[in-house]
Amino acid sequence: MAILFLITAVVILASAMMVVTSRNLVHAALWLVSALFGVAVLYALLNAGFLAVVQVVIYIGAIAILFIFAVMLTRREMRETGPGLNKNWWVSALVSLLVFGGLAFLLSNWSGFSQTSAELPSGFDAVSALGDALISPDAFVLPFEVASVLLVTALVGAVYIAFNRK
Amino acid sequence: MIPLSWYLILSAALFSIGLFGVMARRNAIAILLGVELMLNAVNINLVAFWRYLDPVQMTGQVFAIIVFAVAAAEVAVGLALVISVYRNRKTVVADELDMMKW
Repeated sequence: MAILFLITAVVILASAMMVVTSRNLVHAALWLVSALFGVAVLYALLNAGFLAVVQVVIYIGAIAILFIFAVMLTRREMRETGPGLNKNWWVSALVSLLVFGGLAFLLSNWSGFSQTSAELPSGFDAVSALGDALISPDAFVLPFEVASVLLVTALVGAVYIAFNRK
Repeated sequence: MIPLSWYLILSAALFSIGLFGVMARRNAIAILLGVELMLNAVNINLVAFWRYLDPVQMTGQVFAIIVFAVAAAEVAVGLALVISVYRNRKTVVADELDMMKW
């Protein structure tokens, strides 16, 4: 388990670094696919099988492909013209390192930091429990419906914004 | 067993890398790629807290699914905006989109 986690973590972080530094945007989108796949492996390690499948289907199958389409629709040539990072990139790097340091410091002072995982009750089926929670009126049916309304609104908005009136 | 801290540190690192991408990249699509990394870092946290603190309550996973929906909506509208801007201005470099700056 620990070996698998460490390999996945290295893959995720290396792919994420390539996403933010790669000058070729198609390559950046493909590195994003690799990072997202690593996150799906983490979900599987955490016994969240449904989320692992959803991660592959929605993030890799839809969002990453949408990114690649957007790159193809907006490029003049495959390579970005000019530098990939703006001229104040070192300030961004500094702020990011500070955020990471601050988060690590805050978390290391929290009492549950090195907690080990809670026992799953025997016969507990996370997928059916998730389905029950999503449609049960005394759980999360309202946020679930609001999320679907949000998706429809975003879809209509995206079509409206990207529609070519000419 | 893996302690919770490993997941938290990994997700903090992923969030910071995404933050760097959002602040440092010039291309608007690359900025959206950084936002995706940050949303994934948040999702790792949510699922790890669900598994380590209270796996019987499904709150963490449900929250992660809501984040999926928000990410899908964000990327659809964001890329539509980028494509629309590209059609009108022939550029996707965020620095050059300054017509609302006086």
